[in-house]
Amino acid sequence: MINILLITFTITLIYIAMANRLLTYIRLIAFQGFLLFGVAFIELIEINLVNLVFVLLETIIIKAIAIPMFLKYILDKNNITREAEPFVSNFVSVVIVTIIILGSFFLTNVFQDTYVRKIFFIVAFSALFTGLYIIITRRKIITHVMGYMVLENGVFVLSLAVGNEMPMIVNTGILLDIFVSVILLGIFADKIGDVFEEQDVEQLRNLKD
Amino acid sequence: MNDIVLGIYLPASLIIGISFYFLRKYSSQVLLTIAFIALQWALTVFEFFHRDVIQLVYFTPDALALIFLGVISLVCIPAFYHSFIYFSKHPYGPREQGMFFGAMVILTASLSAAYLSNHIGITWVFVELTTLSASALIYHRRSKLTLEGTWKYIFICSISITLVFIGVLFVTVAAQQQGITDLFYRNLSIHAGTMNVFWLKLAFLFIFTGFTAKAGLVPMYTAGIDAKDKAPYPAGALLASVLMNVGFIGIFRFYEITSHTTIFGWTNKILMISALLSVFVATVYMLRVKNIKRMMAYSGVEHMGIVMLGMAAGGIGYYAAILHLILHSFAKPALFFQFGQIYRTYGSKSVYDVGYYFKYNITGALVLLFAFFIVTAMPPSGMFISEFLVFRSLFESGYLWILILVLILLTTIIWAFGKNVFKMLFIKPVNFDESRLVPIPFSESVSQFILLGLVVYLGLMPPRGLVELINAAISTLP
Repeated sequence: MINILLITFTITLIYIAMANRLLTYIRLIAFQGFLLFGVAFIELIEINLVNLVFVLLETIIIKAIAIPMFLKYILDKNNITREAEPFVSNFVSVVIVTIIILGSFFLTNVFQDTYVRKIFFIVAFSALFTGLYIIITRRKIITHVMGYMVLENGVFVLSLAVGNEMPMIVNTGILLDIFVSVILLGIFADKIGDVFEEQDVEQLRNLKD
Repeated sequence: MNDIVLGIYLPASLIIGISFYFLRKYSSQVLLTIAFIALQWALTVFEFFHRDVIQLVYFTPDALALIFLGVISLVCIPAFYHSFIYFSKHPYGPREQGMFFGAMVILTASLSAAYLSNHIGITWVFVELTTLSASALIYHRRSKLTLEGTWKYIFICSISITLVFIGVLFVTVAAQQQGITDLFYRNLSIHAGTMNVFWLKLAFLFIFTGFTAKAGLVPMYTAGIDAKDKAPYPAGALLASVLMNVGFIGIFRFYEITSHTTIFGWTNKILMISALLSVFVATVYMLRVKNIKRMMAYSGVEHMGIVMLGMAAGGIGYYAAILHLILHSFAKPALFFQFGQIYRTYGSKSVYDVGYYFKYNITGALVLLFAFFIVTAMPPSGMFISEFLVFRSLFESGYLWILILVLILLTTIIWAFGKNVFKMLFIKPVNFDESRLVPIPFSESVSQFILLGLVVYLGLMPPRGLVELINAAISTLP
């Protein structure tokens, strides 16, 4: 079951690479949140109630509902065009994301370690690099936030892979920080939309030497 | 019993930070500032008398933490003082002012907590908090450029802190194989020798890269430069000194763990590469940059590079690195505070518009001249001693070619820095209207003289307590 969920997660990465509309990105990020909840739920089934509530909060409430709704709100408010407007064509993106996934596959097979479960690592690395790839190749500021979300989802899978042993208080702090930084990024994307009237990274080229 | 002071400090500073936003009268802001500084000093004094006592499970005032806690407590007093001067000269709405002071308080408190933390996860949480509070400071002016600077700062720091988190996860893998379930630095340090080096290497790469955003080293230094440029100068002083120290502490604590393993030589190579590139990048930009604040920010990149050279060379270099960092944390704020007066006199950040400073503000010009000698590590600057020790350690550990390269680069930096500073001091400015000049009182320069004097004093005649603290901080390194 975990394998099915993780593979579905990887497929969403390819889908993001070729998606045209920003709304599709948001839906995929929300969908990834639900998938992560499924993985975490099966993975951490034996843990106590508090941790379960915590994971539920982190995946369903924040990753799958709050942040996508917030991103949708920014999209509507700033009248951002619906196209993602990547620098490269979708076909190239799909090829590159496929290469990323294959690369993660080979990279993970280098690990000579019996402790780690490889599928988690493959999926996590794929998501990390796909997130970075989206950040680099998309023109709009809001897509940078979305790329960051994909990257964060990858980190979440990675933390499941190593059986995160952090104490509760640390986990809470980390969750809050990530949540606040995404909200802040969103707020500033919103402000950039207000000030520059166009949400385009080309506008942010004035600070230099 | 030992938990009480820190237990009061953390929530109280949060409350003070928030009340700045709501109590906007001048008198209440002064009172809140005094309350916070008193709180900060109460914590510092308490921790000095409770060295190595674990508090609230996750905080231990060890020697390294005490050094930097002392530094931040000293630097935050002039920073708040100059913030009041800043707001008396540049009128901003009470809302912006409240935000600014609140963010300053939360930044100082989260930095102090990050210094004191003895758990890798807690350090992570508080370092991320510094990003959030610093971004409020950078956005203070609410213009297009500050918006751009803030966006870049938050984005790059968020990515970097994510990299640190990935590094922490790899540490978890390595630790679990040895049956360690918590991530206290002390535990990791004890068991480091038996851990799987592959995971440790991976972890070091990620943690180091992540913390360079705060420490101002290659590869992630860019966001910090924009931040120091765009933040108001009292905040810039904090970003250019104590915030860089937190990046150093993050790197140092993990470096200390790897020093007990077989990959120690490899980590030193990483540090050396990053340090050399930092000095190189600083040189290149110092030659062409004309914005005074950015010039001072790049000087910070250079000094962090020198610190890392000392760390990578080892031996006396460890002592020199920490001493250099302390001195830098006093010298750089003095320059930033002085920049505030330059900006008020000329209304510009560009070297081209500034000139003949000796005529218009003699005490300020003296500060600038003196600070230039201090920052470029010419005697009697204390940084001369620490830089000299770094060079000695490089020489002793056989990095002769690197030493020669660094000396050439540093000479270039001194030339570039000096060219701009002497232009500001002695050459007539173009299109400057003298009639609207408002004289700046001597009293506003006193804090800069004290800070620069501290650099000379601590470098030339370090008090025995400080030497003992530095030696204790590096005692576990080979």
